[in-house]
Amino acid sequence: MLSHLAVLQVVVPLLAAPTCLILERARAAWLFACLACLLSLGISIALFMQVEASGPISYALGGWEAPWGIEYRIDALSSFVLLLINLVAAAVIIGANSSLTAELPEPRHSPFYVLFLLCFAGLQGIVATGDAFNVFVFLEISSLATYALVALGRDRRALFAAYQYLIVGTIGATFYLIGIGFLYSLTGTLNMADMAQLLPGLEEQRLVAAAFAFVVIGIAMKLALFPLHGWLPDAYSQAPSMATAFLAASATKVALYLFIRMYFEVLGQDAVNALFPVGKLFLLLGAIAVILASLAAIRQNNVKRVFALSSVGQIGYLVIGVGLGNALGLQAALLHLFNHGLIKAALFIAVAAVVCRVGGSRLEDFRGLGRAMPWTMGGMVIGALSLIGVPLTAGFVSKWYLVLAAMESGLWPLVALVLIGSFIALFYVWRIVEVAYFQPRDGAAVSEAPLMLLLPLWAMALANLYFGIDTSLTVGGSEQAVNFLMGSRP
Amino acid sequence: MADYYNYLIVVLLMVMGLYIVMAQGNLVKKLIGLNIFQTSVFIFYISTAKVSGGTAPIVIDGAELYSNPLPQVLILTAIVVGIATMSLALALVLRIKRAYGSVEEDVILEQDKSC
Amino acid sequence: MMQSATQLLLLALVLPLLAVPGILLARNQPNLREAISLLTGAALFIVNLCLFSLGEGGVVLVEILPRLAISLELQPLGLVFGLVASFLWPITTLYAIGYMRGHDEDNQARFYVFFAIAISAVMGLAYSGNLFTLFVFYEIVTFSTYPLVTHAGTEKALKGGRTYLSLLLGTSIVFFIPAMIGTWFFAGNLDFQPGGVFGEEVSPIALSVLLVLFAFGIGKAALMPFHRWLPAAMVAPTPVSALLHAVAVVKAGVFSVVTVVVYIFGIDTVAKLPITPFLVYLAGASILLASLVAMRQDNFKSRLAYSTVSQLGYITLGAFLASEAAVAGSLLHIVMHAFGKITLFFCAGALYVAHHKSQISEFDGMGRVMPITFIAFTLGALSIIGLPPLGGVWSKWFLMMGALDSGYMIMLAVLSISSLLNIVYLLEIPARAFLKPAPEGATLQEARSSSVLAMTITALMCIALFIYGSDIYEFIRSARLT
Repeated sequence: MLSHLAVLQVVVPLLAAPTCLILERARAAWLFACLACLLSLGISIALFMQVEASGPISYALGGWEAPWGIEYRIDALSSFVLLLINLVAAAVIIGANSSLTAELPEPRHSPFYVLFLLCFAGLQGIVATGDAFNVFVFLEISSLATYALVALGRDRRALFAAYQYLIVGTIGATFYLIGIGFLYSLTGTLNMADMAQLLPGLEEQRLVAAAFAFVVIGIAMKLALFPLHGWLPDAYSQAPSMATAFLAASATKVALYLFIRMYFEVLGQDAVNALFPVGKLFLLLGAIAVILASLAAIRQNNVKRVFALSSVGQIGYLVIGVGLGNALGLQAALLHLFNHGLIKAALFIAVAAVVCRVGGSRLEDFRGLGRAMPWTMGGMVIGALSLIGVPLTAGFVSKWYLVLAAMESGLWPLVALVLIGSFIALFYVWRIVEVAYFQPRDGAAVSEAPLMLLLPLWAMALANLYFGIDTSLTVGGSEQAVNFLMGSRP
Repeated sequence: MADYYNYLIVVLLMVMGLYIVMAQGNLVKKLIGLNIFQTSVFIFYISTAKVSGGTAPIVIDGAELYSNPLPQVLILTAIVVGIATMSLALALVLRIKRAYGSVEEDVILEQDKSC
Repeated sequence: MMQSATQLLLLALVLPLLAVPGILLARNQPNLREAISLLTGAALFIVNLCLFSLGEGGVVLVEILPRLAISLELQPLGLVFGLVASFLWPITTLYAIGYMRGHDEDNQARFYVFFAIAISAVMGLAYSGNLFTLFVFYEIVTFSTYPLVTHAGTEKALKGGRTYLSLLLGTSIVFFIPAMIGTWFFAGNLDFQPGGVFGEEVSPIALSVLLVLFAFGIGKAALMPFHRWLPAAMVAPTPVSALLHAVAVVKAGVFSVVTVVVYIFGIDTVAKLPITPFLVYLAGASILLASLVAMRQDNFKSRLAYSTVSQLGYITLGAFLASEAAVAGSLLHIVMHAFGKITLFFCAGALYVAHHKSQISEFDGMGRVMPITFIAFTLGALSIIGLPPLGGVWSKWFLMMGALDSGYMIMLAVLSISSLLNIVYLLEIPARAFLKPAPEGATLQEARSSSVLAMTITALMCIALFIYGSDIYEFIRSARLT
């Protein structure tokens, strides 16, 4: 049983999905989905500990040995990312029932859980598999589920947002497919570790560059890297609130994972940079994303959109960390990947709680909520402080590493950029806090969010505090991942 | 040049598909463009798998040389994925038509702006 | 009973926070609620006294990242500040009882809660063991005082609060954090140590830049041109202005400046930096300009606010003069000015609550209506001006000695002129009150007794500090500053 953990990680939610469809009653489907997610969380913790103790786990699917068969490979990087998605998924699914009851008609509940679990399975598959084509399949499984999740949104605009996301997502996935096609025709293998071994010896490095370009553009669309981020604010603000919470905290993170895997392990950043200075390009795009998206976030009137645009900005930080190319920068990116997942989960679950009670997420809906929903807003404020990067929160840790990494490279403007970004974040967060705490509520009285939403919200908020104070897990985990990635090709 | 005509066709189809996706305002036509784009990639994969003088990768008597079967298998999967995508997209278009009464992008955007 | 320094330090941090649930639970019983506040305040002062008697010790609360820890450390600078703040907290609470009830304010429980949080943060700041800890508590002070500043909840209060928050946070993000990062970059750690953390090899230019960043980044020190938040914060209820904007917040600022000069740069290093003379002149200009502005203010609290900006300039000046005498003078001035200025604010609040007078031009003859208030005011004002037999004389004396030591003759002139200006704008008020004829039909009517008691205590303390001033000075000088 234990030796099958790597594949069970994906199989559990994948099999749970159709079961939810059979359990037509919303509550039964929810309970079952909860069970599946918690089981999956347990598996991810076990995997994390196992990898930390005894190194990468390789699992040959169906008994076909790599590189011919499909290999599931859990190393320091993937176990770290798996842990994050599982934490977020568990938090979201626990709160989902309360949020959905307020947002969607009952018959649409079990489809939500089916799609959620499919998406979850797909994302985990991308992280767990060691096969480049298998990544494509899981990418599409998660994407298709995501389009449908977005389309479940209450407003008819959700349909159009889902459609646009579908177009962009499909083009992105197809680009990725082209890139993999190049790599396959060059190396004759689809196993990523095997590719990494074979690629440096090849003569046709220009073809490798072309493959890399396709792969990166494909992933960048999924990642919502500036300037390919257009779909994200619409999709995130129209999807059901809990779907947004899950997607914001995990989908872009998995895309970044894939990006890091391709850039550092499969292609090797030195080899790629020798052909074209992509590192600098990432720095530039990341910097623009941080500034523009943050500035755009200030002007939004819908809190979901504020946080969605903030996500685009935060992706900028992640890409900057990758672009810096040194060990500290990569570690900063991984730390921020984890911490930002927790931050956005807390923030969007808080928004879901507000939508659940007030019915909307416009700025004026937040009036006086500091008093009416003290626990919800308290959790949100913790998440927001972490987003800004206040010391003693998780957000601080990752930004600190990013600043150290920028200093190590001697890039002082980037240090300034990180600070300016935090400053702008303070502004857009402050607008919400001010409305919530310093403007009186008019109209009908509002009660505190249901317990089942407060629990995951505070779990995430406290996680933000915890990982801001005790950093041994995140820093240790990311350090192992960095050693693994940097060590694999010095 | 003649050796590479398959790639030329692939590139041509790819660009055509992408152009249709971007230039068309009609949601269904966009999907047709997307489909052409995807198909071009399928052709690309399968044409790379061709081994000169090889036959289809089906075990038959007398055949010595086979084309590479793996890309074909991969593309089978990709086609399935493509069909799923397309059916989901068409379902979305249907619902958009019901909700907005139109499948023209600019009409939909106009309606959303006004409300 | 001997308690270890570790437990006492933690207690100093936690004690005010322990009052919070009590205050919240008793939010509908004012007597109980305020008894909790008062008792906690008294207990906190005792804890600080115990710390004083211990004299040394420290504790690492948590190490977040390698070499980046939240740690507390007993050192003489912090002890002085901690004692002052914890002594004045219960006194201000006493005063606030009279003020808030006399004024019938809303949300009184919220007021006491944030007050307690702010004091806890001030304790943490006073006993910080490194720059990072100092920064964390510095920001907690900012956030926890914002609800106090905007307590009234009116449009004007929110506007003032916005200026307050944006200037303080703005300077700390734009200057303070880069300064901290720079310190980390050049020194590799942020620990406080006498003589500074920088090695010989760090260039004076880099250190100068860092010093400037610190000088402006610590916005709470209200060094011009980043002083605007202080007058803006005067929209707060008077007890807030009294404790926070005469003692806790502004003193947190100047205390941070002194700490950075002494324990991050080292006095000797600062004395040699090429930028130091400019900062000295800037502080001098801040002293004089703020005094001149204060003279033109008719609103009582605005005048006091600008007076505070000017007086904070003294402390910053002492830090940048960078001699042991000057730094000791600075610290002494933190103490003296705290007692003097809090008395003045208490009087301002008393006048407002009892007679709804907030403009100085309305004070004619009020001395006969509120004699105790104005006698207390006169004592506080004389102490700030620096005349014997009041505490303020010592700090000015040692600041002048420090200026002589460091060879800034012109600063002697600045300090003297400033004292003259102090006389003009501060003594005008009791002069109007006592010498002008009383308003028609005025009868003796002081503010509530708890408020009067509070201001009497602080005014008497100004005299007591004259007697014990040299002891405090000796205590500071006995410490290792270089």
